[in-house]
Amino acid sequence: MRAPHSLAGWLFAAPALAVIVVFFGLPVLAAFALSLTDFDIYALADIGNLRFVGLDNYLGLLQNPLFWKSLGNTAYFVAVGVPLSVALSLGAALLLHSKLGRFKGFFRTAFFAPVVTTVVAVAVIWRYLFHTKYGLVNWTLSWLGVDPVDWLGDPHWAMPTIILFAVWKNFGYNMIIFLAGLQGIPEDLYEAARIDGASRWAQFRHVTVPQLGPVMLLVGILTMAGYFQLFAEPYVMTQGGPLESTKSVLYLMYDEGFKWWNLGNASAVAFLLFVLMTAVTSGLLWFARRRGVE
Amino acid sequence: MRCCLLLAAALLALAGAGCARSRDERTVVRFWVMGYEGEVVARLLPEFERQHPGIRVDLQVVPWLSAHEKLLTAFAGDALPDVCPLGNTWIPEFAALGALEPLDEEIAATPGFDAGDFFPGVWDTGVVEGRTYAVPWYVETRLPFYRRDMLAKAGVERVPASWDEWRTAMGRVKQVAGPGNYAILLPLNEFEPLLSLAIQQPEPLLRDGGRYGNFRSEGFRQSLGFYKEMFDRGWAPVVTNNQISNVWDEFGKGFYSFYISGPWNIAKFKERLPASQQDDWMTMPLPGPRGPGASLANGTSFVVFRDSPNKAAAWKLIAWLASPRVQAEFHALTGDLPPRRSPWSTPALAGDAYARAFRDQLERAVSTPKVPEWERIATEMLLVGEQVANGRLSVDQAAEELDRRADRILEKRRWMLDQAQKAGVAP
Repeated sequence: MRAPHSLAGWLFAAPALAVIVVFFGLPVLAAFALSLTDFDIYALADIGNLRFVGLDNYLGLLQNPLFWKSLGNTAYFVAVGVPLSVALSLGAALLLHSKLGRFKGFFRTAFFAPVVTTVVAVAVIWRYLFHTKYGLVNWTLSWLGVDPVDWLGDPHWAMPTIILFAVWKNFGYNMIIFLAGLQGIPEDLYEAARIDGASRWAQFRHVTVPQLGPVMLLVGILTMAGYFQLFAEPYVMTQGGPLESTKSVLYLMYDEGFKWWNLGNASAVAFLLFVLMTAVTSGLLWFARRRGVE
Repeated sequence: MRCCLLLAAALLALAGAGCARSRDERTVVRFWVMGYEGEVVARLLPEFERQHPGIRVDLQVVPWLSAHEKLLTAFAGDALPDVCPLGNTWIPEFAALGALEPLDEEIAATPGFDAGDFFPGVWDTGVVEGRTYAVPWYVETRLPFYRRDMLAKAGVERVPASWDEWRTAMGRVKQVAGPGNYAILLPLNEFEPLLSLAIQQPEPLLRDGGRYGNFRSEGFRQSLGFYKEMFDRGWAPVVTNNQISNVWDEFGKGFYSFYISGPWNIAKFKERLPASQQDDWMTMPLPGPRGPGASLANGTSFVVFRDSPNKAAAWKLIAWLASPRVQAEFHALTGDLPPRRSPWSTPALAGDAYARAFRDQLERAVSTPKVPEWERIATEMLLVGEQVANGRLSVDQAAEELDRRADRILEKRRWMLDQAQKAGVAP
């Protein structure tokens, strides 16, 4: 008697499954097949010039210093940018949620505004803000007696500047999610904590943070997935320079695929990034499950 | 009621248009043009159509940024136009794809078409493995813009023509330029300055028919050494264009007194510098290792695509646009420099003091290696050049590294050439 039931289940799921197979499964398989070949402009001219190279693209990448450099840059960006972004958006959400806050509507809009701006347009302004000679940032620092910093031209400073730019651009989005989470925490919990004599910090640690757990997990995963795909910010601010200190894995893939038309190699980069992101996200979920957050 | 009338009118108009179209039996030449030149050439085309009643030109303007990708996609989808001006460095790539039609027969069969009138280095960019695939439309080459007043202040009386004279000039300019200022700008995000110096050498940049890199040659190492010297001695700032923000303004302020760039900046400097400074700047031919040196032969050239059904009409359009009179008219509209000598004797060009150095330089323009992978190799040269400028690599290390990278990039080409040889087909 169970078979018809499960058949009905499959039937109901079929439209969604078909969409997933056609628009996700097949392209992924095709990309994987492509990554085992050396598809390039010669192969575009005549498919007879296509060579099956097995895992050579992957091995070549693992031996390519530029791949490791861009992987390192991406890891740097994720490791510093994600916690910074989450902390900043949580801070902003707490400030906006506070009963003492004034002009909340204005600040909510102001903090969210960078999210809806265009990266290209904002990058022009940021390039001026961080200009070595005429930038507002260096001008302000000069008041504090700090020597001018070559923000976008010094390989040590370029990535921190990109991180600042990306965090400023994106924190408003997470802030809105946090704000919704904060509004969902029942007021009685705080009241009970206050009656027990809990300080503001204790209230934050033992009421707000645990209650926000699932939201934090969501924000963490979304931000991490987004930050691993770093591309637009270095593309418009530094073109991957100076000395390739802001070249990300996705930027490398763009160069290989769309600039040089080495689609086989580009697919291999995409696959490695996909595997890496899956591993990190699973790790995060495992950690959350162990802590009982999910 | 009114809406019915409108509908009827619209239907009539459509029917009329349909009739007009069916009566139009002219050959349609599909013509893609990149960027601003596309908008300008639209103004010239009505005259072409008047002179050639049997041909209608269907012009489509393509943005430069997506042009390369669009052309490759069109090739894959059999949707290429009949005629298109290609960037000179793209010609070997599209020739390797087998997308281009050789033009030698048309050139020989067209009376009055004088290939010898074109600057030889520029014409050569369209010749791949002995066949002519392209006819130049407009050219750009790189040479220094310089500050006359700064050179005078530094006591440099003669415009430098060789590297040694240039070294002296840069050293003196640096001394009088004031603190924080430099002698020359070599933007680290452009490969053209280093490449211009590199092609002045007699050794080719690739060896064995474009099978391997030849960057360890004595000539390239000299050029790279000169490039490095300009940074090491503090004559050039270690910056990219992005960090400058406004190259014209900084040139006017004396941040640098030499700036290697292309002809489009003539108009830019006229526009961006104040009237009081207009007498202070000039262009000069690029100094070479021992006297006036070569420079690049960039720009765009017309090609006919192999699958075009209207090759004869397409060729007529090319021959007309490349004729000296139309070239002169095109220069007047855009400021783009003509690739052949005769338009240069028109008063507009002969009397332009800023263009004179370009006229001189174009006689010594040289094509870069004609392999499809060249642009990628040039980009690697840019990246390695940046490391040299930053003092991370010595000249010898950089030359070795460049050869290594070029050899890796050319691997597929070597395989292709070997396959062709095995099959007994001439490569």
